[in-house]
Amino acid sequence: MAKRSAPEVNAGSMADIAFLLLIFFLVTTDIATDSGLNRKLPPMIEETDPPKIKERNIFQINVNRNNQIFLKSGGEEKIIGLKDLRATAVKFLDNGGGIGKDACDGCQGARNPESSDNFDKAIISLSNDRLTKYKTYIAVQNEIIAAYNTLRDREFIKRYPGMGMSYVEANERYLDPQTPPSEQENLKDKLEAIKILIPQKFSEAETKSN
Amino acid sequence: MSKFKKKKDGGLPPISTASLPDIVFMLLFFFMVATVIKEDNLLIENKLPSADQIEKLDKKNPVSYIYIGKPSANYVDKYGSEARIQLNDKYAAVDDIAPFIAAERAALREELLPKLTIALKVDSEANMGLVSDVKQELRKVNALKINYTTRKGDAVAGAQN
Repeated sequence: MAKRSAPEVNAGSMADIAFLLLIFFLVTTDIATDSGLNRKLPPMIEETDPPKIKERNIFQINVNRNNQIFLKSGGEEKIIGLKDLRATAVKFLDNGGGIGKDACDGCQGARNPESSDNFDKAIISLSNDRLTKYKTYIAVQNEIIAAYNTLRDREFIKRYPGMGMSYVEANERYLDPQTPPSEQENLKDKLEAIKILIPQKFSEAETKSN
Repeated sequence: MSKFKKKKDGGLPPISTASLPDIVFMLLFFFMVATVIKEDNLLIENKLPSADQIEKLDKKNPVSYIYIGKPSANYVDKYGSEARIQLNDKYAAVDDIAPFIAAERAALREELLPKLTIALKVDSEANMGLVSDVKQELRKVNALKINYTTRKGDAVAGAQN
């Protein structure tokens, strides 16, 4: 009697149980999106006299309620397609039409006197209607950031060819918590230098209500 | 004839499924570890737009989320189909943003206060009017670091459909 061994537990349904749990987690999982376009809002200050800005230094974008993009820059006004926006913005920022103390060293543009003087003077202004779709707005923001990043990449590679990476890659590496602090310090200085060379001068007018 | 018959009665041995639970458990653990519990229960539709110039949100710094979108299907009868703001687990009005930010700030240590980022999770179909109102409100309470949360993808193609 004592010799009777314990009966073996049937583990055949183990897989079913595990599958059940697996499917539960599969269904409830929501891969979190934790990336996006970082922006800074202008602080709320009383309207002082706005500084005089020459019209040629402003790249005026207006997105209307039908999600069309009106562009006013270099003395001409036109409707522009979203896919042409990036190249046009780069052309504007990179123009380098300034002379004398406004001359632009790094610019490789057409040096059109009707367009921007240098990186520091060039301002991109964006306004939109209350009925503009958010996705259009984001696409426009994305293209503007892309234009700045294109130029920053170019200048970063030109200035620090030994790094073997572009501005965007360097920035990513700087923000990565796994990068050693000594390298982060090194990157920070270089990134700051490029940010000063090509500042994001971006102005957003208050949304028109109509 | 007998030659062929002999082979038949050998038959295929059944494949052992004894390791199947192990494999499934492995998958299970992977999903359990990779799952991030959602912070807020969404009452709104939240199909984020896509962009490709994105930066990762720095998780070391505090982040507060503001959701905007039209009420989800269950709530359309009660709240209509116009886009609304959601803070925490409730629908909110534009005026509720200032107290919300104040509450978020009160929960933080002082040295982290200037690092508070506001992540705007806005549905791609929402209108800019409401988003601008929210931005204006944020400027009033001096919460200037914002992040338009987006999915990774082609922005130009995303805006066209």
